[in-house]
Amino acid sequence: MSLLPWSIYLSLAGALASLAFGARSARAARWIALLTAGGAWALTLLAATRFVPGPGLQTLVDLPWVPSMGVRYHLAADGISLTLLVLTGLASTAGVLFSWNVRERAGEFFALFLTLVAGVYGVFLSADALLFFAFYEIAIVPKYFLIAIWGSTNREYGAMKLALYSFAGSAMVLAGLLWVYAAGGGHGFGFADLAQAAATLSRHQQIVVFAFVFFGFATLAGIFPLHTWAPTGHVAAPTAASMLLAGVVMKLGAYGCLRVALPLSPVGFAYWQTPIAWLAVTGIVYAGLVALVQADLKFVIGYSSVSHMGFVMLGLAAANFQAVGGAVLQMFSHGVIAGLLFAVVGRMVYDRTHTRQLAELRAMPLHRLMPFAAAVFVIAGIASMGLPGFSGFPAELTILVGAWKAAPAWAAAAALGVLVAAAFTLRAIALGFFGSTGAPLPAGAGHAAPMEPITLAEKLGALLLVGATVLVGIKPDILLNWINPALQSPLLQSVLKGGAP
Amino acid sequence: MSFDYAGLFYAFGPEAALVLGALAVLGLDLTLFRRRTPGERLRLALWVASLAVLAAGVHVWRSGTPGPVYGGVLILDHLAVATRLGVLVLTLLTLGVARGAVVPRQPAEYVAVMLFASTGLLLMAAAQQLLLVFLALELASLSLYVIAGFDRSRPDSAEAGLKYFLFGGMAAAFLLFGFSLIYGVTGSIELPQIAAQLAVQGSNPLLSIALVMVLVGFGFKTAAAPFHLWAPDVYQGAPAPSAALVASASKLAGFTLFTRLLWPGLSAAAGSVSSFRAAPGWLPAVAVIAAASLLLGNLVALAQSNIRRLLAYSAIAHSGAMLLGVMAAGRAGPAPLFYYASTYGLATVGAFGVISAVERGGRCESISDLAGLHRRSPLLAACLAVFILSLAGIPPLAGFFGKFTVFAAAIRLGGIAAPAGALAVLAIALSAVALYYYLIVLKQALVAPPAADAPPIKVPPATALALVAAAGLIVWFGLSPGQLLGLF
Amino acid sequence: MSPAPLLSLVILVPWAGALLLACLPRLGAQACRALALAFSLSTLALSLALLGGFDCASTGYQFVERHGWIASLNVDYHLGLDGLSLLLVILTGLLAPAGLLASWRRASEPRFFGLLFLVLQGAALGVFLALDFFHWFIFWELSLIPVYFLIKLWGGPGAARAAYQFVIYTMGGSAFLLLGFVAIFAATGTLDFEQLARLGADGALGAKLAALGGFWPQAVFLGVFLGLAVKVPLFPFHTWLPPAYAEAPIGVSMFLTGVMSKMGVYGFLRILWPLFPAPLHAAAVPLLWMALGGAVLGAFAAMRQSDLKRMVAYSSVNHVSYCLLALFAVSAATGRAGLSSAASAAALSGTLLQMFNHGLSAGALFYCVGVLEARSGGLRGLGDFGGVRSAAPVFAGLCGIAMFSSIGLPGLNGFVGEFLIFRGVWGLAPWAASVACLGLFATAFFLLTFWQRVFHGPRSGAARGGFADVAGLDLAVLAPLVALMLVLGVLPQLLTGLFNPLVTSWASHLPLP
Repeated sequence: MSLLPWSIYLSLAGALASLAFGARSARAARWIALLTAGGAWALTLLAATRFVPGPGLQTLVDLPWVPSMGVRYHLAADGISLTLLVLTGLASTAGVLFSWNVRERAGEFFALFLTLVAGVYGVFLSADALLFFAFYEIAIVPKYFLIAIWGSTNREYGAMKLALYSFAGSAMVLAGLLWVYAAGGGHGFGFADLAQAAATLSRHQQIVVFAFVFFGFATLAGIFPLHTWAPTGHVAAPTAASMLLAGVVMKLGAYGCLRVALPLSPVGFAYWQTPIAWLAVTGIVYAGLVALVQADLKFVIGYSSVSHMGFVMLGLAAANFQAVGGAVLQMFSHGVIAGLLFAVVGRMVYDRTHTRQLAELRAMPLHRLMPFAAAVFVIAGIASMGLPGFSGFPAELTILVGAWKAAPAWAAAAALGVLVAAAFTLRAIALGFFGSTGAPLPAGAGHAAPMEPITLAEKLGALLLVGATVLVGIKPDILLNWINPALQSPLLQSVLKGGAP
Repeated sequence: MSFDYAGLFYAFGPEAALVLGALAVLGLDLTLFRRRTPGERLRLALWVASLAVLAAGVHVWRSGTPGPVYGGVLILDHLAVATRLGVLVLTLLTLGVARGAVVPRQPAEYVAVMLFASTGLLLMAAAQQLLLVFLALELASLSLYVIAGFDRSRPDSAEAGLKYFLFGGMAAAFLLFGFSLIYGVTGSIELPQIAAQLAVQGSNPLLSIALVMVLVGFGFKTAAAPFHLWAPDVYQGAPAPSAALVASASKLAGFTLFTRLLWPGLSAAAGSVSSFRAAPGWLPAVAVIAAASLLLGNLVALAQSNIRRLLAYSAIAHSGAMLLGVMAAGRAGPAPLFYYASTYGLATVGAFGVISAVERGGRCESISDLAGLHRRSPLLAACLAVFILSLAGIPPLAGFFGKFTVFAAAIRLGGIAAPAGALAVLAIALSAVALYYYLIVLKQALVAPPAADAPPIKVPPATALALVAAAGLIVWFGLSPGQLLGLF
Repeated sequence: MSPAPLLSLVILVPWAGALLLACLPRLGAQACRALALAFSLSTLALSLALLGGFDCASTGYQFVERHGWIASLNVDYHLGLDGLSLLLVILTGLLAPAGLLASWRRASEPRFFGLLFLVLQGAALGVFLALDFFHWFIFWELSLIPVYFLIKLWGGPGAARAAYQFVIYTMGGSAFLLLGFVAIFAATGTLDFEQLARLGADGALGAKLAALGGFWPQAVFLGVFLGLAVKVPLFPFHTWLPPAYAEAPIGVSMFLTGVMSKMGVYGFLRILWPLFPAPLHAAAVPLLWMALGGAVLGAFAAMRQSDLKRMVAYSSVNHVSYCLLALFAVSAATGRAGLSSAASAAALSGTLLQMFNHGLSAGALFYCVGVLEARSGGLRGLGDFGGVRSAAPVFAGLCGIAMFSSIGLPGLNGFVGEFLIFRGVWGLAPWAASVACLGLFATAFFLLTFWQRVFHGPRSGAARGGFADVAGLDLAVLAPLVALMLVLGVLPQLLTGLFNPLVTSWASHLPLP
């Protein structure tokens, strides 16, 4: 377990090395990135094998950082963090594999990618709210440049919108945190200290503080109606960045809600619980309906990410044992599935066909030209639908059970979202890959050259992700055994009501 | 009052070093270097000047913090010593920047006047008596007017110098009038005595007028709205190293000076910003100025297409934030303000350094002139990224902690519903706006491809060293803020 | 616990076959077909083994396999077999290879076709054998995906839309089903069908759900009901069926009508009725009308079709509605004084028999339409044929037997099931039986019309220029099915012996509302 902080340092070192050596050789940059990402993932897996599940955060590093302000460099992990750390490792390794064909400014690409990964690892390991915030902000700038330099559709606009929305969300969080910190007399930023300090505020103030911190984080999680940056940004991003952004970085927001916002002020949360739940449900259904009418395949997936994150936010809003456990499981599941979907659309399809418009893809019989990609997309699609057998099902089932216990109406509305998800996913599969059927292969349909075959790197990446979603779908206990004990922590207990496992 | 001349001369050691250095630069240039090319003369002048600055720095370091000197005319406490060191570091970096800038017509005079400006700034940091304050301020300002208008080949520079001089002169007049009123009210020109007198006396209409005058001077010096009108033109027109000095060291010394003036000196007349039903005084007035600076600086910067004007308006916005630090200095001490101002100075020197290096190879007026910097000079691009991101307040760079400590201190004054807290929230919100225009700059430098006719930029080693040192310091102070914060 | 996990093997062997096909991309077309057929026949072989070990007298689950699986959700890997499941496993074992053979020559890309078909077969078997909602739902949903691709890629001109509609409709129903079970899990903490059946029988489940207040308890019942009703399909949730059955390739239509529709009825018997006896009783009369609607209107709609495939499709709606008619009648009559358990037993026996027999007859009928379509080069309208009997007498004979079995002629298998259903319903809800008779008349009418127009009369249409008789492959499919129809018509005890004790125990322990 004590090796976990090295995932951050390793990633940063890899970023610097990639920058240094990548200037000369793209190949060097790629291999450095793969070894770094894979190495960091291996560290998390190693920690996972030795992990003893327990209720509290297990401290890894605790040093004073800015003594005059009470800020500490405090890294710690529990079952929830571990789940997300393993996800980060998986998504980043797969992302590097799917970026094997990046040639232009490859050193800088992987350097930015690894810096982003380092920031994400840092967030999941932070146990001091200011350190959390610092890592959170570190992740913002690489996002901008990854999209602005290597992105596609509307990349400068998408990058700026994504960066500004993220920053605005984090600004709200900072205001809230500083308020609570000042109210507590400036003792420190540990989660327990902040909760104590928040308790000294009046009820009205607590409601406002909670709103600042929660909605600040929820912006990054893509809560309706603060979600519009997500489809634009993710569509504009290059494949590996989309995988990481939709797959992991959106989870930073949800994790912030869970780790920082929820325990901060139970009073404030009680006030905001119902509105948040309805916003989440609206997001699930609305984003799904918008996905149903998109003409660009990547936009379908972008909106589907918002819809799935709605499930996570619903789970957090329901705030009982089952719902929150399901929410964390959904964070993992969606991270893998979104990675898979973006990988197929971005890397396998777009890099070869140079189009993502469903109307154009329909005319190509892609399932004949790229059977592997079609198969992977179908698997990813049905996993995304929440079909049993894949990781989405136990996650959504648990969230629905928890939501039902909190308020049956929420669960009923969310179940509608499951249906909408089936509809838009099926449409995407049908139009994108199985458009013209039955007819024999038209000569020279749409493009002259035969498709470049799927590379080994892509196959490996796809296999990793598919394996993960199937494994968790068949045996969700692997993760639930880490998550459920972590929910017993005293900080979370003050917010979670009822619902024994 | 004891006349400890020895102590006084010892305390003036750094200033003496700088003046001697300036005289050496002038003298050597007049005699030995007369026949050389302007470029060589600049280089040699810079070497001599750097030695002088280093000598001054060593002296400051070794003399420590003896406290009041010569009966309280000067005070060498932690703030003064830290500010002096900061000014000297920034001056050294500016000299490095000047090495890579366009060569002025009279290089030795340029460097010498720069050193005079530094001298004035060093004095400003330690002055505790109104006359000395004014003297130091004028010495620094007059030198800065001169180097702002130094480039006679461009009308912009002349306009910059003139505007700076006119505004500065007016502000100095206001300031002097304010000082005389203070003397009239309290009967003393020593800050500790003034403070003691004001604590005993009640409020006085003359005092209010004096406060207004002082604030005008303060606002001008720190480029706070509505006294900021000189800043865009000066930043745009002055030669890059001059602008660098104005934006960095001058601001640092100015803030220190006025903090010392306001807090220990006029603290009795401070009033309060801990609640909206506040007692009147200069604190609410500073709060209003801060709000105006934040809003004006950030919002107008959005519309700028000239890089230097953008930096000018962002400087106004940063002044607003630093004014929050001034407001909080009463309770939290000068640490947050000093940290912010010094790291801001580092970033600004660096940014102007990059601009001046680019100018040398072509033009660098509009933001799009920076296009493709990552290809033309990866070093400049990387350094620029560090400087701009520090200005934007992104961790782990020092700018983030500067903002954080200042905002935390401001919110602690009276909670978030108080004027100070509300200002802090406003500043946090506007930092998102600021990120937009900073990213626009970086977009040109790091994302956009270079113009077809843009040649690669060669940076002289001294300048490169200065830029890397500045960037390194920003990263270092960002990772370990306790180094600076713990000085107080 | 039997030593060999036979039930798991039943499900997994077809899937193993699918995996093998997926991993051998360079296998030749004939080899693919042979491999798929071999793995598909495994079910029949394994079901014979099950028959051998099955104890007909016991009413509990046999060959039970139970292992801990997901502790945090209280889910076990639980498989079990009783008379009902055995019946349906045998049916699947018969129809799946028949469906594969039906598309033997017609399907391009036989590797992919075989792969999908085997996945579908495994999923259907899983539905019949799983006893915990978690993996039951896995199989239930998983069956949709292969069907979608089978219809879309090998179907007729309107296949894309039909397939999409089919999946969305069914998944919509499944979403409600999922919600219902979410509520059940939230209230009881278990998803195991056996435990839930016990809770349902003694009213505990009803009481726990009633604690929700408001309209939620009824909503839960409706949710589970909707999910199952769409699958059967029950009128008025049947609109997806005619296009899907008509556009699907022949083998898939056979499997859809023979097996997939039974999944819905199985769900009613295994899940809805044991868990929600009281709400079902309360809603029984409207449900009876819905079943009648399906039976009568389905038959009348079939009458008006000129496309033979759509005709058989509507006829499926009619036949399956009889099964539900019986169940709803039993539920409606529960708790009434003077209720004869013999009538209930008859109705329920009829339901089970009808499930099996309809599978055989509808499967055979679709196959015959497929033969007509293939011989005529794509035509399948009522008016496109005439006098086929003189050109292909063997075919006419086999098809005729299938048709008359569907009509319910005594002596063929279809009669026994329908007779028992009507006898039971008459004893429980006479008015429903009377209305349902209309359906019988209409069925007879259109099937006889089919018989007369296509097979009798002068040769016309596609039969004019020579119509080859059935031989080889077609015979291999039709003959066993028809033979079974004849045998089961005369010796229905072969089937009823499997489930009589079960049905008797259901009838005598009718859950009181």
